[in-house]
Amino acid sequence: MPSSVEVSTTVNGEACSRTVEPRLLLSDFIRHELGLTGTHVGCEHGVCGACTVLLDGQPVRSCLLFAVQADGHALETVEGLAPADGPLHVLQEAFRDAHGLQCGFCTPGFLMTLVPFLAENPAPGEDEVRLAISGNLCRCTGYAKIVDAVLLAAERMRGAKAGDLLSIEPDPAPALAGGTA
Amino acid sequence: MSGRYVGQSVLRNEDRRLLTGHALFVDDVRLEGMLHAAFVRSDHAHAEIRSIDVSAALEKPGVVAVYTAEDLGDYWRPGPLLVPPPPIEGIVFNQATQVPLAKGRVRHAGEAVVMVVAESRYLAEDAAAEIFVDAEPLEAVVDLERALEPDATVIHPQLGTNLAAHVVQRHGDYDDAKARAAHVVTRRFHYDRGIGGAIENRAVVARWDEQAQELTVWDTTQAPIPIRNGLAGMLGLMQSQVRVIAPFVGGGFGPKIMMFYPEEVLVPWVAMQLGRPVKWCEDRQENFFATTQERAQVHDAEMAVDADGRILGVRDTFIHDCGAYDPYGLTVPINSQCTLLGPYDVPSYEGEFRAVFTNRTTVTPVRGAGRQHGVFVMERLLDLAARLVGIDAAEIRRRNYLVQDDFPHDHKILFQDFQPLVYDSGNYRPALETALELIGWTGWAEEKRRAADEGRRLGIGVVSYVEGTGIGPYEGARVTVEPNGRVRVATGLGTQGQGHYTAFAQIVAEALDVDVADVLVTTGDTREFNWGTGTFASRGAVVAGSACHAAAQQVREKAVGVAARLLNVPESEVELAAGCARVRGEPERSLTLGELAMRANPLRGGVTPGTEPGLECTAYFGPDRGSTASGVHAVVVEVDAETAMAKFLRYVVVHDCGKLINPMLVEGQVEGGVAHGIGNAFFEQLVYDEQGQLMNASFADYLLPTSLDVPRVGMAHRETPAPMNALGLKGVGEAGCIPTGAAFAQALEDALDDYELEVREIPLSPNRLFELLRDAPRRTSPALSETHA
Repeated sequence: MPSSVEVSTTVNGEACSRTVEPRLLLSDFIRHELGLTGTHVGCEHGVCGACTVLLDGQPVRSCLLFAVQADGHALETVEGLAPADGPLHVLQEAFRDAHGLQCGFCTPGFLMTLVPFLAENPAPGEDEVRLAISGNLCRCTGYAKIVDAVLLAAERMRGAKAGDLLSIEPDPAPALAGGTA
Repeated sequence: MSGRYVGQSVLRNEDRRLLTGHALFVDDVRLEGMLHAAFVRSDHAHAEIRSIDVSAALEKPGVVAVYTAEDLGDYWRPGPLLVPPPPIEGIVFNQATQVPLAKGRVRHAGEAVVMVVAESRYLAEDAAAEIFVDAEPLEAVVDLERALEPDATVIHPQLGTNLAAHVVQRHGDYDDAKARAAHVVTRRFHYDRGIGGAIENRAVVARWDEQAQELTVWDTTQAPIPIRNGLAGMLGLMQSQVRVIAPFVGGGFGPKIMMFYPEEVLVPWVAMQLGRPVKWCEDRQENFFATTQERAQVHDAEMAVDADGRILGVRDTFIHDCGAYDPYGLTVPINSQCTLLGPYDVPSYEGEFRAVFTNRTTVTPVRGAGRQHGVFVMERLLDLAARLVGIDAAEIRRRNYLVQDDFPHDHKILFQDFQPLVYDSGNYRPALETALELIGWTGWAEEKRRAADEGRRLGIGVVSYVEGTGIGPYEGARVTVEPNGRVRVATGLGTQGQGHYTAFAQIVAEALDVDVADVLVTTGDTREFNWGTGTFASRGAVVAGSACHAAAQQVREKAVGVAARLLNVPESEVELAAGCARVRGEPERSLTLGELAMRANPLRGGVTPGTEPGLECTAYFGPDRGSTASGVHAVVVEVDAETAMAKFLRYVVVHDCGKLINPMLVEGQVEGGVAHGIGNAFFEQLVYDEQGQLMNASFADYLLPTSLDVPRVGMAHRETPAPMNALGLKGVGEAGCIPTGAAFAQALEDALDDYELEVREIPLSPNRLFELLRDAPRRTSPALSETHA
């Protein structure tokens, strides 16, 4: 096995090349070679989902891939969702508005899981949202406010009027009766 | 005080950085020339080390240094005792604190034995794999009762015993109560271990600046100031030469407050030895072995009640598992002993525990910190007593609650803060009634019957708890108005996602009438604030929040004074509004806070003797005692008796944390706590084998609850203000997870009321519940459902 290989990828729209060890994890490549530390590492065995990034638009666990496997592919990370000083992505904004994050460590993984989910499923129900995030662990929130954030983002993405947003505010009565979890 | 900002669900100031991936976590720190550490950890739970061969590791490329305990010289010493034993009469406490690297003997699997430092983490781990530790296994003491048997191998030979502590606290005469009782319930209860489970593992980075003679340490700690102070002492530096930064921290939940972890002691020392920055980041597997855990206890408990179900007395004798070392003293078992009493009037109580060393990872507080064990025992005893008396679970609680006239209520035993266990305030019965209404208690029999007709088994549970929160000794805060009109707040504790950047900003914004977004809060940087204790015991918002309030009030007074002088009016004529000080009734005569800050710090002219320049004040808050939060949890579960899978259908929390600073943040804390509690009750358990090996040290095998496991939480806030602080605050960080196991147990028994099933252990799992059901005889007639209204 060669001691180093060249990896050429597009990261958040910009081409970049590095020469790295074949065994370098994609998560370490992103964090330590490219300095994009918004992608977090929580378990390094593919369960917690914190390190989720997009590879050619699909969510992947960057701790379960080697950097060389990204050669010739496009990567997107949380840093690509919103311009540095510009407005937040609608999903990020919804996470803030619904208090969908506490310590924020798992959050980039949730966001990168949800961006393609909402693109494919612009009008998800709560059950679908819960299934979509069931591979991402969060210890702080108990997930309810993350679910709220996703529903809020979906509604905003569909161009709902501001006044309609109230309809998806958490409502204890139906939630208690329904119980989707 | 519900105000313009305090009491409002203000969105968080810290979110933008976290959402865009620009927040700094410790593993994000990148320094020129930085080295990376990895540890060789013990394969054995208990063994004598014969020899360590590091020669092959030293030959590996990129390896800079390898350290064993011998290589540490005088720097090797056992860690400090964090919490000394409380002054309880007759107390026995045997101290054995953790060591930086094992010397002679290893006492739990995963204990650090050798530290490797290399040019990259990959190379450090390569080299660690080449190190051979020759060790002779000893009997692993895993079982709590085994630890106390006379022939058990002693884990700390210098102590001559595995007994870490023996404590008896009592009030009243339990034997007399028992003699007078109509019913006595006696049972054994088990609680077992789980993890804190922060998604961010621990990490430490250290840099010694030779020119500045200054050490900077980035640490995922919950308590940066005590870490700074301790490191300075160990390293022979002035405290002012050490700066500890706990930047954004990815969840704490208790284990990140342990002081000192071996890695926290070693990484800064090695950085100084080598003259290069050093980083260590724990991986998830290490986290399962090397980060502290909690919750193993075995209780033998009994409750004496009269014919109406009123408690006459409780006796509880338990064994508490310290793990391999006991650096945190007796905080956890004393919390269990005290919190057992709950919101109830218990005329006589005899609480006794023995803490024991075992060959498992060290125990320190994990969210709840021993409280859930006590609550589980008490609530289970009440459920059993209710059955004997013939009343339902709600009624027996109603009959035993302390009532309004009972406060302050002195339980006449000592709490973890060494102060008498005195409840400052509370109002329990209305919380119960609200919870019953929200969960659907009335009409439950009908709902259950309807479900049964569809072949579904539903069960309901309702339990209460009290949580001592917001304990001392103190926290402080400095509030500064800058010339641009924005306000800086600095406090000494660390923050791990609770929303302190916003909650403290709200408190200061309220006092100064500025926008919350214009208040920038710094926590967890010892350079910014020099004094404090840390984030634990649901105390951050209560104690540091009260200090922020006090400092902001002083700044307010100062601003009014400066404005009065500059506007040439009496102070009583000055009001603060919208970032300005202005003359009452003449809003055009005003100065912005920024202008006042500038004018209060002149380049020429004099600052009046006896005054201080600038609009800045520092204040401290040290409560005599904590404030008593409380609540009621109710749950409906559905159980499949064939698969033993349980599903949480509804969950209700009615809680009272005094005045709310930010209801949205409080909801988040409670929801997260409930999820943690559900994990502890049904999904999470650390499984050790007889050799002390942890069998499920990964997130694939240790199940944190997912979005499919945790229901929405229906919530109602009650606000019984704490009399101990100006804002009426009580803590809420741990409340959500404390009574969850007890509620789940009651609901399971209800759902499975055709089985002779008693749930006397937590955690359960589908596997364990399956075993219990397999062994439980079927009842000839349903027993429990009839007691529900």
